[in-house]
Amino acid sequence: MTSDQQLTAYTLRLGDNALVLGQRMLELVAASPELEEELANANLALDYIGQARLYYSYAAEREGQGRSEDDLAFLRHEHEFRNLLLLEQPNGHFGDTIVRQVLFDTFYQLQLAALLECNDERLAEIAARAAKEVRYHLRHAERWLVRLGDGTAESHGRAQQSLDHLWRYTGEMFVADELDAAMLTNFDGPDLELMEGEWRRAVAAIVSEATLELPDAGSMAGGGKQGIHTEHFGFLIAEMQHLPRSFPGERW
Amino acid sequence: MTEKEWPLYEVFIRTRAGLSHRHAGSVHAPDDQMALDNARDTYTRRSEGVSLWVVRSDKIVASDPAESAALFDPAEDKIYRHPTFYEIPDGVENL
Repeated sequence: MTSDQQLTAYTLRLGDNALVLGQRMLELVAASPELEEELANANLALDYIGQARLYYSYAAEREGQGRSEDDLAFLRHEHEFRNLLLLEQPNGHFGDTIVRQVLFDTFYQLQLAALLECNDERLAEIAARAAKEVRYHLRHAERWLVRLGDGTAESHGRAQQSLDHLWRYTGEMFVADELDAAMLTNFDGPDLELMEGEWRRAVAAIVSEATLELPDAGSMAGGGKQGIHTEHFGFLIAEMQHLPRSFPGERW
Repeated sequence: MTEKEWPLYEVFIRTRAGLSHRHAGSVHAPDDQMALDNARDTYTRRSEGVSLWVVRSDKIVASDPAESAALFDPAEDKIYRHPTFYEIPDGVENL
């Protein structure tokens, strides 16, 4: 891959993260425990979909093969998506949803902060917009985690279980592959090694405020960045792509 | 699981700098901080404001509807309290 193609592939991956998380959260529309939280969640979900559109249209432009943002979202196959495994995990109960959000947004916020300084102007612009949205997302999820962890015995126990369960999907965030390395050396992008330390400190602070325990390292799952997904992903994109695949080119 | 309902909060929005906060509606929330988040997500999604107040509905002291006659009717026949007896000169726009 040329370094130009690497930037395109990296942008696409950012889009995949945003789209898959957005799609997961949209499953909670009309299925949240409280009306207010339902609205909040839908707001945040649409922020991610909006970010995915920006990444995808930029990636499509760079690629120059006449594909549109919609083609990238709806006409690629399972193994072509390179999102983090954490994001495709089912919503589970409210604690699972919130823990997933905290773990990812803490990472994403650092990633965006680094992309703001990268030497690709367009990507930096998208990052600037996304960073504002994600700052609020993280704040919202953090507050919930503190309330669940430091809430009742039941909410504390469940939040801890969610954390223990989802922890295994955090390792791959910081395993640098060819694209991560290229972003760092050629485009002044995120330094994953540096980010890992900052991420740990940030997550540890939230987890301790929530009176929860950081899980032991344990074994980590990986594969998302290579397109090897968990069994949940097929169902997610089947639902997401069903309409455009059943009625190609349909508009309304 | 407890069936306890979240308390109700009244939401006030300042639409632009310089204007006062106006009542926009209400939200349920588990505590003050989350009430602000919920108000943001419920009432400012379309750039409705630049500042938010929330206050627990049960903290608002309200007048009693049964007393409205005593409170408000006496003002009705005091038309001299309205500045309606001035002739406005032509050409004055902002009065």
